[in-house]
Amino acid sequence: MRGSELRAQRRAPAPLFAALGDATRLALIARLSGGEPRSIAELTAGTKLTRQAVTKHLRVLERAHIVRSRRAGRESRFAFDPEPIESLRLYLDRISAQWDGALARLRAFVES
Amino acid sequence: MEYRIEKQIELKAPKARVWRALTDHQEFGAWFGVQLERPFVLGEVSRGHITYPGYEHLKWEARVTRMEPQSVFAFTWHPYAVDPKTDYSHETPTVVEFRLEETAAGTLLHLTELGFEKIPAARQAEAFRMNDGGWSQQMQNIAQHVDARQ
Repeated sequence: MRGSELRAQRRAPAPLFAALGDATRLALIARLSGGEPRSIAELTAGTKLTRQAVTKHLRVLERAHIVRSRRAGRESRFAFDPEPIESLRLYLDRISAQWDGALARLRAFVES
Repeated sequence: MEYRIEKQIELKAPKARVWRALTDHQEFGAWFGVQLERPFVLGEVSRGHITYPGYEHLKWEARVTRMEPQSVFAFTWHPYAVDPKTDYSHETPTVVEFRLEETAAGTLLHLTELGFEKIPAARQAEAFRMNDGGWSQQMQNIAQHVDARQ
C-alpha cells in the first residue's frame, strides 16, 4: 500500500478522467485488463483503427499512468496498471459514504 | 463513465422544513457536523470548523453558488480537504447541489456532487491515506446509530 501511495504522490496531477472519457481508449483498456502486455500490432489487429491511431491513444493512457510501456526487442509492449483507476474509485466511494452518513443525520434531524 | 456522486433521499418532512435544515447555518451545522460563523449568503464564502471530536482542528469552507428558496441550494468546496497543512485553495472545487421536490410523503431530496475530474490524482491517494479508517468509519457509525434509533 505504502509503495503505491508514494508513487501516486510523486505523480503530477494526472489527466485520468480525460483519458477515460473516450470509447476507443476504454476498449484498449479492456483488451489490456487481462494483464498480458501487448504490442501495438496486437492491439491494432482486429480493429478498424490505424497503427498511428492506436499509438496515439496508448500515449494518452500512458500519460495518465493507466498504461505502462516497456521496450521488448524492436517493439514496445503495453501493460495495464489498475492502480490509478482503483485509487479514484476508492476516493469516490469514500466521499459517497460520507454523504450517506450526512443524509442519514439530516433525515433524523428533519423527521424528529 | 460518470464522475459524479448522486444521492436521493425521501424525507418525511415538508419542503419548508428541509429547506431550513439545509440553508440555516446553525441547522446545517447540527446535522452536517460543522460550526459555521455566520448565515449562508449567496455568492459569499461560508467558514467554520468541523465539530466531531478529534477533528475540530479542521476548517470548513464553502462558497454558496445557488439559493433558490425551497428549490435549489448549492455550494462549491474542496471535498476531503482533511489535511490542515495543505492549501487546497488552488485546486478546482467540486459543486454540491441539493434539489428539493415535493412528494406525497414529504420531500424528495436530490444531492449531486460533481467536478471530481479536476481533483489531482495525488490528492485522491492522499484522501485515501488520510482517512485510515477514521473519518469515514465515524460517519458510518453515526449513520447506523441514527438508523437504529428510528
